[in-house]
Amino acid sequence: MQWEIVIGLEVHAQLSTQSKIFSGASTAYGAPPNTQACVIDLALPGVLPVLNKGAVERAIKFGLSVGAKINSPSIFARKNYFYPDLPKGYQISQFELPVVQGGNIQIQADGEEKNIRLTRAHLEEDAGKSLHEDFHGMSGIDLNRAGTPLLEIVSEPDIRSSAEAVVYAKTLHALVRWIGICDGNMQEGSFRCDANVSVRPHGTEKLGTRCEIKNLNSFRFLEKAIDYEARRQIEILEDGGTIRQETRLYDASKDETRTMRTKEDANDYRYFPDPDLLPLEISANWIDQVQSALPELPQARRDRYMSEFALSAYDTSVLTSSRETADYFESTIKQLPAQAKLCANWIMGEISGQLNKEGLEITACPITPSQLATLLERISDGTISGKAAKTVFESMWNGELEKNVDAIIAAKGLKQISDDSAIEKLVEQVLTANEQQVADYRNGKEKAFNSLVGQIMKATQGKANPAQVNTILKKKLEG
Amino acid sequence: MFNASLKQLSIQLAEKKISSTELTTEFLQRIKQFNPEYNAFITVNEEISLAQAKVADKMLATGQAGPLTGIPIAQKDIFCARGWLTTCGSKMLSNFVSPYDAGVIERFNQAGAINIGKTNMDEFAMGSSNETSYFGIVKNPWDIAAVPGGSSGGAACAVAARLAPAATGTDTGGSIRQPAALCGISGIKPTYGLVSRYGMIAFASSLDQGGPMAKSAEDLALLLNVMIGFDPRDSTSLQRDAEDCAQDLQKPLAGLRIGLPKEYFAEGMSQDVASAIEKALVEYRRLGAQTIEVSLPNAPLSIPVYYVLAPAEASSNLSRFDGVRYGYRAPAYSDLADMYRKTRTQGFGAEVKRRILIGTYVLSHGYYDAYYIKAQKLRRLIAQDFTEAYKRCDIIMGPTTPTVAFNLGEKSGDPIQMYLSDIYTSAANLTGMPAMSIPIGFGDKNRPIGLHIMGNYFKEAQMLNIAHQYQLVTDWHLKSPV
Repeated sequence: MQWEIVIGLEVHAQLSTQSKIFSGASTAYGAPPNTQACVIDLALPGVLPVLNKGAVERAIKFGLSVGAKINSPSIFARKNYFYPDLPKGYQISQFELPVVQGGNIQIQADGEEKNIRLTRAHLEEDAGKSLHEDFHGMSGIDLNRAGTPLLEIVSEPDIRSSAEAVVYAKTLHALVRWIGICDGNMQEGSFRCDANVSVRPHGTEKLGTRCEIKNLNSFRFLEKAIDYEARRQIEILEDGGTIRQETRLYDASKDETRTMRTKEDANDYRYFPDPDLLPLEISANWIDQVQSALPELPQARRDRYMSEFALSAYDTSVLTSSRETADYFESTIKQLPAQAKLCANWIMGEISGQLNKEGLEITACPITPSQLATLLERISDGTISGKAAKTVFESMWNGELEKNVDAIIAAKGLKQISDDSAIEKLVEQVLTANEQQVADYRNGKEKAFNSLVGQIMKATQGKANPAQVNTILKKKLEG
Repeated sequence: MFNASLKQLSIQLAEKKISSTELTTEFLQRIKQFNPEYNAFITVNEEISLAQAKVADKMLATGQAGPLTGIPIAQKDIFCARGWLTTCGSKMLSNFVSPYDAGVIERFNQAGAINIGKTNMDEFAMGSSNETSYFGIVKNPWDIAAVPGGSSGGAACAVAARLAPAATGTDTGGSIRQPAALCGISGIKPTYGLVSRYGMIAFASSLDQGGPMAKSAEDLALLLNVMIGFDPRDSTSLQRDAEDCAQDLQKPLAGLRIGLPKEYFAEGMSQDVASAIEKALVEYRRLGAQTIEVSLPNAPLSIPVYYVLAPAEASSNLSRFDGVRYGYRAPAYSDLADMYRKTRTQGFGAEVKRRILIGTYVLSHGYYDAYYIKAQKLRRLIAQDFTEAYKRCDIIMGPTTPTVAFNLGEKSGDPIQMYLSDIYTSAANLTGMPAMSIPIGFGDKNRPIGLHIMGNYFKEAQMLNIAHQYQLVTDWHLKSPV
């Protein structure tokens, strides 16, 4: 039987506020345990939550970026359960009325544009951390993270493969960073995914029983966990079994998912509106202000790059993978408007390759857009060859000659020979010295032509303009 | 001196007839002498109280004093006070010393008042007799066989027995007004949102409100002026222009329309209470007020509504007491679940557990709509009844409690009977409107009776005026059991 995989993702994006969602304690990562937990985070008797406006603003930003409805009022609710790293015995979240309702994310899947609908996005607080090592059989609790603002972004089950899930997660990851609401640092847990996975026979409508996979803290794990889980479910169904609805944990070291809790032992969270917080009212005026401060969004830029620069869907999606990359691209083409494809190729090729190799972000790129544009200008005006440009690029990257393109070209003698008469002279010399090959060519051995070009390039140490060499050589041989 | 009003004490302090240190020392002495009998205080901390008195004396000497500077105030043990054991009447917090001050405590400290001690209370403010306290029962100073009321029983007892000039209380369903009535003192629950809840250990967040308890309405006005004020740390705190609660005390009552809800003058009220209320109303008519009958058709549902909503919120509010970070933890347990189970089994008393169970039940899947949502709808209807009634009258009066103080142990085995002690008081918590109780005489076994004065939102100054005018022509509020 052919099976269809159905996936919905829940993403927890940590909002980039300085302080926590309901207290004034710092959200900075990596402090010694419990040094960033104030009386409110510790849930001492009598303390009360006060909502961080910055967290709300970021939620509005997100909602507007995905074309969602901003609910006003929205309601904070208590999700009740006991766990040592949950100090109040309940998590303040949103249940019936989330701040963001609906919305859409466009992804590029297999070269096609696909729309993933969002169900909702709601504000909530993070829990602390339980540490099970180093305490001689006991557990330690670190409440630094308790109260960190999260936006939980829930998609509809519109995703059909692990690859699509990764593209969706990456697109969302790029978006939250693009609009500046989340630093996207996955190692530090700023962007975490849970996947709801089910399978059904191809062509059927009814959704299969789903399992929720927790704790997917990298795109690779997301992909592998979904693949494993879908395979597991299909095997059970093909053996005549049934899927049990449950929460599963992905174990990266074994590349498998395993039962965390079943539906039967799931908590009754006893959600109810938090009486300590008033309904969250968001004025139209506030929404307008956030709207007008929004940057041009990735989708808009993609569309513009395609229409304005005739770039491919693939190129534009790579260039808009982050706002910084897109900004770099735009600064570069500002100086070189007719060479968008050349700029795109170099940014996606040399620049991005070198950055990856050194583990740098584009903001830390040693070559500025204007320096790159100057280099590319020298290619397009015929001063140097593409090959020579790579040599210049390397020197610039290493900071030679203050990254001055022309100085490097001069110092390395990379200037291309583009003077027709000079090339003609060279061609004649080579033809005289290689009579055998000239004869071979004239007798129909096409290969001899390439050999002659090679001789010419060798004689000029690669500096002759190859296009001109080709034209002139052909003319001489056939003339 | 122990019978002096706050105003009189303030004048004596200002005129240097007595220092705050002397005044504080004398009240500490009285507590030492009488508390073993009444058990009104859980914690007394002479060192901190006297240090505060020293600061107050400096303020008095340098002309920085306000109306409450140097005056000892008893603080209900529900308010977190830095350096003080803050137990909320529970074994669960029997070892909890607060590292921070509640909003109310801060305001009293800034006013230069002295914290004379932390008063006894029903555990987590759940009770109407002060019998659920882990720290033992409190006696009614009028009759030590009687309960003082609750949950602010220690506060009411302390003021009635003249162990403190005034006290703070909190009121979730009547916890200021009912003990005030049973102990023959005055107490007011202000409009929800006027007094900061920050640092006031939560029982039912949407109903809890702090307020003062004292001998007279005039004293209450001075105390309210200190207690009321916006607190940005409490999201339900109201931001309003400051109002002097004493500004209308002297206004004559001519033309005042007193509404008498027929539902409150129905069966259930005992004869002695009914006749005391009638006498008080005669006094009010003499002062120029007129009485009219009004109806609050949904008010009789207050108790069932209250006993769904308050436990629901409490069940969640009390989840933080888990033995992990502070407070009581069971000495022996096998694993995490066992630690939770034993800690909460041993740390909470029976009434608290009962309410956690009720609250957990009404919030649970499948019952939420039938109980919690329905109760919320009724809550709105009850508020509408009052809003309608206030179109026809300025103020509503009735009994604070259906009977005088009952005997210790009389109702402790019957929670429903106990819950009915709040039959008249809980509506004001559901609506958020202010309400107060003042002493108006004595009934059965010579135990005190309270008049319940209920007003519309933000009518505190008017209510205090109405109470004060009565107290100018009567002396029930001056009577003391000691």
